[in-house]
Amino acid sequence: MSSDSSASLAARLRAPFEGPNTIGNSNGFWASFGVAVLLLAIYPVLFGPYAAATSSVFLVYALLGVSLCFIWGFCGILSFGQVAFFGVAGYTFGIVAINLSSYTGVTLGIVAGIAVATLFAALLGYFMFYGGVRDVYVTIITLVVALVLHTFLGQTAGSEWAVGEAALGGFNGMVGIPDLGVGVGDVGITLDGAMHYYAALAALIATYLGLRVLVNSQFGYAMVATREDEARTEMFGYNTTFIKFVTFTIGGALAGLSGVLFVTWGNYIDPSEFAITAAAMPVIWASIGGRESIFGTIAAAIAIQWLELQLTGEWALVIVGSLLIIVMLAIPKGIAPGIRDLIVALQTRRQEPASDSPAPTEEVSD
Amino acid sequence: MATSDPTVKTTAAVDETGVETDTILQTRGLRKQFGGLTATDDVDFGIDEGELRCLIGPNGAGKSTFLKLLTGRLEPTAGSIYYDGDEIGHLPSHERVSRGISMKFQVPSIYPDLSVRENLRIPLQRIADPDTFEQRTRETLERFHLEGTADETAANLSHGQQQRLEIAMAMTLEPTLMLLDEPVAGLSVEETAEVADLLRTINAEDDVAFVVIEHDIDFVETIADQVTVLHDGAIFREGSIEDVRNDPAVKRIYLGEEE
Repeated sequence: MSSDSSASLAARLRAPFEGPNTIGNSNGFWASFGVAVLLLAIYPVLFGPYAAATSSVFLVYALLGVSLCFIWGFCGILSFGQVAFFGVAGYTFGIVAINLSSYTGVTLGIVAGIAVATLFAALLGYFMFYGGVRDVYVTIITLVVALVLHTFLGQTAGSEWAVGEAALGGFNGMVGIPDLGVGVGDVGITLDGAMHYYAALAALIATYLGLRVLVNSQFGYAMVATREDEARTEMFGYNTTFIKFVTFTIGGALAGLSGVLFVTWGNYIDPSEFAITAAAMPVIWASIGGRESIFGTIAAAIAIQWLELQLTGEWALVIVGSLLIIVMLAIPKGIAPGIRDLIVALQTRRQEPASDSPAPTEEVSD
Repeated sequence: MATSDPTVKTTAAVDETGVETDTILQTRGLRKQFGGLTATDDVDFGIDEGELRCLIGPNGAGKSTFLKLLTGRLEPTAGSIYYDGDEIGHLPSHERVSRGISMKFQVPSIYPDLSVRENLRIPLQRIADPDTFEQRTRETLERFHLEGTADETAANLSHGQQQRLEIAMAMTLEPTLMLLDEPVAGLSVEETAEVADLLRTINAEDDVAFVVIEHDIDFVETIADQVTVLHDGAIFREGSIEDVRNDPAVKRIYLGEEE
């Protein structure tokens, strides 16, 4: 029947995005995912381009959160320094785009920003993982890298600290960074205002879907196995060092992408992006939303950054900190996995009296 | 000492011609030192294809260190390990596994938070086509008496089931040599008999060589004919289980005060 075949088509389309490694594999989940995307897409229409332009940064932060969620939640690498790749990409974009003030410069800046962040993550990851650095020491080293960059860029106020026309500016930051755009020479489009919002939204959705495919692939299983027990996984013939290296590098590339989107949003970057409060934010988003859920981390990043903006000032951090402590005590795995467990518990309770048929793996919203 | 027993083949698989014997694994002068302590002392240990050999010895005899040298968890201080004619003593663990060495840890190190199906998928996806996962999982569960557990979280299995799952996972890689570290530690009498049965079956049917580290000599008797006794990091005796068991010197070091 046609409804049957359309259902199987939907299942076939969904298959690469689904598996036990991701939360949300049910019709209900994809329906709410569709609604969320739709709401985000019509947000600029409902609230106007100015609101969209302001809100764009939430999507950018969500992408930064995803870069951590991916490496921490799926491979067990807790990096406290995702902001290092974020910031390095931002500064790199600024240097390239300011010096080559044309669409070519902006386009090259995007490529250079992401490439430098990726290379930086690859280099750091190579020395850490092939040097046998593990667990909490990875966390400490990544944090230290971010803090070193904070200190280093903070002392670049002098006029000698300029790359061509781009002055690093010390704690005053780098100003006059061009808008996002693509093109060659004078021909191209500028993605500012609401267009920046849509660019960030597209990047976020593409990253989300791409990572869902990745974590449910063979590589994803290897990542999860490495997270669960590295020694055991190596004895199944997996090169866990290489798996961690690749995962960490992808995480750095995604943080770099979010960094480029960030500096093209505010046309500005300063060393506070590397500071300890900034470095802690991705960890907080992933912890509250649930590090094993990309969707949960995205939702938490948007909600927390929005909340922080509403509260402003000293109290914002106190409240976010309290929220973190409450969630960690109540649901250690975070909100999204908590909801998943709740749904599974309700479903098994409903099924048990009815029959003892084996749980249908296809539609259970795990 | 090690080579004095004519029933044990310790001649070279490493002979340049490469055709000398059917030895699958051979160590030559393998040594591991931790500071002043020699945990493995010039060990020449060989095992043939399809053989089931138990490695016994009192606590502190260096069994675990020797096993870690074979799996690649530890780097040898000196000496070499030949597997299938190639020197593997400095290869990382995962490359040794790719060459056909599989390992079962002492504590059942399955992935406790993953389902049985996902546990099996980790080794399965290294060797099989995704289309065959479902069928192969079913076959494996049947063979290892784990039917109906596919969607259970591995942590919820009984201890005996976890041991069998781990052996099943190691066997999924279709190894030619399997290293087992005290496979029956902490198991009940029935579970021990079941594992012994399973090991004998696999050894016979799949033509896999086994090195089993064990200190329960009664269990050793039920699975192996040939044993190697380690003492102070060196090979102390090698031979049939009867000979070794009746050797007064072995009794002295291994069984301690008994008799």
